[in-house]
Formats: sequence, structure tokens, C-alpha cells
Amino acid sequence: MTDRSGRRLSDAFLASGSSSFTEFVAAHDPGLLPSRRPLPVGTTLDAPHGTTIVTVTYAGGVVMAGDRRATMGNLIANRDMEKVFIADEYSAVGIAGTAGIAIELVRLFQVELEHYEKIEGALMSLEGKANRLASMIRSNLGLAMQGLSVVPMFAGYDLHDNVGRIFSYDVTGGCYEEHDHHSVGSGSLFARGSMKKTWRPGLDRSGAVEVAVEALYDAADDDSATGGPDVSRRIWPTVACLDPDGAVFLLQDDVAAVVEGVVAARTGNPGGAR
Amino acid sequence: MTNMPFYVSPEQLMKDRADFARKGIARGRSVVVLSYDGGIAFVAENPSRSLHKVSEIYDRIAFAAVGKYNEFENLRVAGVRYADLRGYSYDRSDVAARGLANAYAQTLGTVFTQESKPYEVEIVVAEVGRTPDSDQIYRLTYDGSVADEHGFVAMGGAADPIDAALQERWTEALTLGDALALAVELLGKDPTGNGGDRQLTADQLEVAVLDRNRPRRTFRRIAGPLLDRLLSPVDPTSDVPHTDDASPGHHDVLTGDSAREQSTNPQTQRTEPGPGNEGGPGA
Repeated sequence: MTDRSGRRLSDAFLASGSSSFTEFVAAHDPGLLPSRRPLPVGTTLDAPHGTTIVTVTYAGGVVMAGDRRATMGNLIANRDMEKVFIADEYSAVGIAGTAGIAIELVRLFQVELEHYEKIEGALMSLEGKANRLASMIRSNLGLAMQGLSVVPMFAGYDLHDNVGRIFSYDVTGGCYEEHDHHSVGSGSLFARGSMKKTWRPGLDRSGAVEVAVEALYDAADDDSATGGPDVSRRIWPTVACLDPDGAVFLLQDDVAAVVEGVVAARTGNPGGAR
Repeated sequence: MTNMPFYVSPEQLMKDRADFARKGIARGRSVVVLSYDGGIAFVAENPSRSLHKVSEIYDRIAFAAVGKYNEFENLRVAGVRYADLRGYSYDRSDVAARGLANAYAQTLGTVFTQESKPYEVEIVVAEVGRTPDSDQIYRLTYDGSVADEHGFVAMGGAADPIDAALQERWTEALTLGDALALAVELLGKDPTGNGGDRQLTADQLEVAVLDRNRPRRTFRRIAGPLLDRLLSPVDPTSDVPHTDDASPGHHDVLTGDSAREQSTNPQTQRTEPGPGNEGGPGA
């Protein structure tokens, strides 16, 4: 950081025209942005990876849930990592991929949204937020090509259409709107299969939370990198709900009750057939 | 030889610049910043709904200004950038009003002495603390001087009589309702003392608070029926509600139309309920 108290604000601070925090940082101190840091070419390294995120819409909102495991090769790097983040009042972002860079991108994204809100005095549209996130992923392409890719999922409550919406991304920054439900990360294949069978239109919020938690259970059942319910340590998935009242994390006790219900229903019925 | 430069003494040069800036500032309407029992209130006479004189800088820091709009808007944006950059590269709790006031002071001072024209602005940077004792209000003038004020600041066109009246009538224990009534009465006073007092109504006012009791972002604008109720001498409402409006939209405006079941005020990380964690870090 080059600004120190006792010195005048440099020209980058006083420049007019941009309400983007990322653009300001790129002009003032580009080393703070992950995409502007040079990496040695042709090397790869083992870094912790985040795994499965699921998102489920319901009547009047959207639920995003993530398991708590981060893996490094065959090791569990972290068993209580948070991978679902509330980005602002009406949106959340879940991350899969290289955890360190993903968390840095999420922090940058959170500041980006709040910065815009303060400077413009208005909320960014949901598409605007999804596109800002896309451009951040795009600028990370160089790192992605060296194995440090980040694949987020973005969900938010659309204040114009009054529905919950889901956006998925690829490593090149492509942004795609998904309908009903979606999942990213290593266990996403199994989670998607699960949600296809359990999701139905017109779910309420608690129904959507059950669908999401059950999908994570199915992902953990078949993907070793996805953390299942850790009953002994009482580590439960992170669940964020987004509706017209804003974005909130579900309390751990409420999530525990849902997880214990799913585990009980699967006892003696491992496939969850009904 | 008409282009022969005159010698102008530094004293005269500075005085001319100061007079120029003061004249520009005196043309505008006043702003009052004052502490009340639950935080810091900002009251400006400003008929515009969109060109604000009072704004949020960071979680517990707000900005108020009088003078030329384009100049203080420029400083406001710089302040938001300064605070967001510091919060991003360190931690949210490391953003403080004192550092921002210093940066502003250096900037205003440099512009005053080096640019062809000084900024015609006067600004306040206020930070609401966890307790009334830790509230900070800094007042910065066009030449970069900083004053650490206690309790209240009046600035703008007719600030001196307002300041004198606040000296007499402001106390620490004012409720928000009383503080707003006092500020609105003083803003409406005729500065010449000829009895031409005006009664300012809610639509001529821009009112905002830094609410000590909110988690994270404490800045809220007050508008609509809530402002009417707070200003009304007969209505018992004397403080802002603890939850945000239910109508979806910008969370920082409180109108009192209807309340949410719970305040979301999004936490970027989940805070586990537990001892000592109710009021956020350091509570």
C-alpha cells in the first residue's frame, strides 16, 4: 500500500468516472489483485481445493449450500472451511476450485459491490453483479491455465422480477444463467442427479433447504473430496437463504436438524429411494 | 510594461485564497452534525433527493460537506476508495476516521497552497464508537486544518449563530427525536436575527444517522413517515427502529413504512452466536 497517513491522497483516489473498486486498485496498486501477480511459467503446485456447492430455487427465493471440506491431493486440508459467502444484501457466491484465490476473489467481489453501492447510491442490478463476477474470473484465466482455477456459482434475489436466480461460470469467465437448481465442484455430478429427483416446482424455503442438504449428502456419498455430515465434530454444511428480506445464513442448529433428518431417512435406505 | 508582475506577499496571497474559499462556502445552506444518545445524527437543509451532502464512507464512518458539490463529491469518492482499500488490504476493523481525516487534511492543504484555486468546501468525518466516549467527529476546512470536535459541529453559510446556540443547548443525553428537533429549529433560524425564522419541513431536509446499535454498516438515511414521526413534537417516536425496512431495495434508507422480521445487514462471514459476539468484534 503506498498511501500512508500524513500524505495527500494520490491522483488515483481523486480521479473521477469509475465506481469500480477493482479498476481503482488496478490503477493505484495492481499488486493487490490476484490477476496482476506474475507467476513462474510452467510450474504447478498443490493448493487446497474447495469442492461442492449446490443452489436450489424455491417460490420467492433461492438457497445456496456448500459442504465444509477442502482437499489437497488425497488429503483433507480443512474440514470446516466456509465456501458459501454472502456477497451483499441480495446475493451470495459459492466457490469451487483453488481455495486461496477463490476466497481472495470473493473478498474483492464483496468490496466491489459495496463500493459501487456507496459511490452510486444505488444497488447494482443482479445481471450487473453476475457480469462483474464474470470479468473477475476472466482476468484470472492466466492463473487458471497454471492449474489455479476458480469456478464460482452466483445466486441472488432479483428485485425487478421478484425471483431467485442462479448463474454459473466456466474458467474462461463465461456466465450462464441456470434454472431451478444447479451445482458446481467435484461432487456436482452426483448432487445434480440427486436434485433432479428431489426438486419440484413450488417448494418452500425449508423444502429447498432439505433438497440442498440431501444433494450434498449424495455428493459426499460418491465423491471423496466432498465432506459428508460430520456428526462427531458437529460440522454441518453452510446454508445461505436469499429472499426479499435479504440474505441470511441459516443457524447451525437449524441446519443440524435438517442434516440429522436426512441421515435418519437414509439409515437402511442408502439410496434414499421413496 | 503592463505585464510586469506585482509582488504579492505570502500573507496577502493566503488571505485572498481564504477569503475566496470562505465566500464560496458561505453561499450554501448549513449542515449540522451532532451526537445523540444512540449515535451521531446528520441534518442538512437539502431539497435534492439524489445530490447528497451526507454519505456513508464505511461501516462506522460517514461524511458530511458544504460548499461546491463537484469538489466535495470528489473528496467523498476519494474517501470511499481510501476506506475500502484499507479495509480490503488490512481488515474492516482497521479503517478509522482519524486516518481518513489526516488524508483529507493533507489533500486540502496541498490544494490550498499549490493549486490555482482552493477547494470551496468544509467537511466533517464522523465515526461512531461502541460507546459515546469513543465517538469521533473531525471537522476539516478548505485550508486543510483539522479540528477534533466534541458533540456537535455546524458548518456552512450561517454556521456561527447555530454553533453558539448548540453550545448552550446541546447535551450528551439528547434522544434522536430531540436532537433532530434542535438541529431543524437552528437550521431554520434567520441568521440576521430579524425574526424571519422558517419552519423546515421533512422534504427540505436530508437526515441520516450512524446508529451505534447496528452491527456492521451503521449508516442509515431517514426519510418518509419515519422522519415525520421523529420530527413531530407529539409523536412518541424518538429513535430509529432496530430493523431495516421490509420493502426490498436499498438497505440504507429507513422510512418506517414496515419493518423486517430481522435485520440482515449482511455479514460477509457468518458470526457464530456466542458470548461476547452479540455486538460484533470488540463489543
